[in-house]
Amino acid sequence: MKRRSLLQALLAGTVAAGLFGSRDADAAWAADAFAAKTIADALKGAFGTDVLVPSDAIAIKAPNLAENGAMVPIEVSTTLPGLESITFLVERNQNPLAATFYMSPDANRVLATRLKLGRSSAVLVVVRAGGTLYSARKEIDVTIGGCGG
Amino acid sequence: MAQGSIKIRTAFDEKAGVHVVKSIFNHPMETGLRKDAAGQLVPAHFIKEVVCEHNGKPVFNAQWGTAISRNPYLSFELRGAKAGDKLSMRWVDNKDDSDSAEIVIG
Repeated sequence: MKRRSLLQALLAGTVAAGLFGSRDADAAWAADAFAAKTIADALKGAFGTDVLVPSDAIAIKAPNLAENGAMVPIEVSTTLPGLESITFLVERNQNPLAATFYMSPDANRVLATRLKLGRSSAVLVVVRAGGTLYSARKEIDVTIGGCGG
Repeated sequence: MAQGSIKIRTAFDEKAGVHVVKSIFNHPMETGLRKDAAGQLVPAHFIKEVVCEHNGKPVFNAQWGTAISRNPYLSFELRGAKAGDKLSMRWVDNKDDSDSAEIVIG
C-alpha cells in the first residue's frame, strides 16, 4: 500500500507540474534566482536570460535619499503593452532579487511596496512585456542600512 | 496558521477611475542575516508567495525574497472594480505559515 500511495503521489505531482509548469504565475518559488549573488544570475534564474532593454515606459517613484534602508518606499508604473511581470532588484544587496509580481495587466499597472536596502544602491526594475525584458533604474542613497548589519 | 495579519483598504480615485488598494501584512520578514542581542543569527522567516484576486480572478501572483520590508506594505491600482466586488489576498511564508483575507469593495 505504501508503495502505491507513493506512486500516486508521484503521478499527481507530475500531472500538476505538467498542467501548471508552462505558466509563470504558477511557477514554483524561484529558489535559484533568490539565492543568486549577482543581477545577471538572478535574472537568468528567473527568466532564463539577462538581456535587458532600457525603457522610458517604466516610471519609478522612490526617494533619492532614504534615511532608513530597512523601509524604502518604491512605486512602479508602466504603460508597456503585453505586461507580464514586474521584478524588483536591489543591485548591491547580498541577494539582489527582491520580488517578482506576475501581473494581470487589465487589472493593475501600478504597484508600490517597501524594500530593504543594505546600503546605498541602485534599484533595478525589470518589466517583462510581450516576452521581452525591459528595465529602468534608480539610485537611492541610504544613511542607515536595512539588512541588520 | 496566522490570523488577522492582513489589512486591506480601498478607495475610489474618481479622477483616474480606478480603485486604489492599500494593504499591509504583519510579518517579521527576517532575512537570516540579522543577529539578535546575544549575537546569534536570527533564522530567515519571510513571506515567499502572495496572491491577490478580484472576484476570484488573479490581479497578481508574487514571489518574494527577504528584501521586502518587515510588515510588508503593498499598494496598487485596481481597474474595472465596482462596489460590492470581492478582493482577496493571501500569503505563504518559508515556514509554510499562511494567512488570507477578503474584503468587499465599498
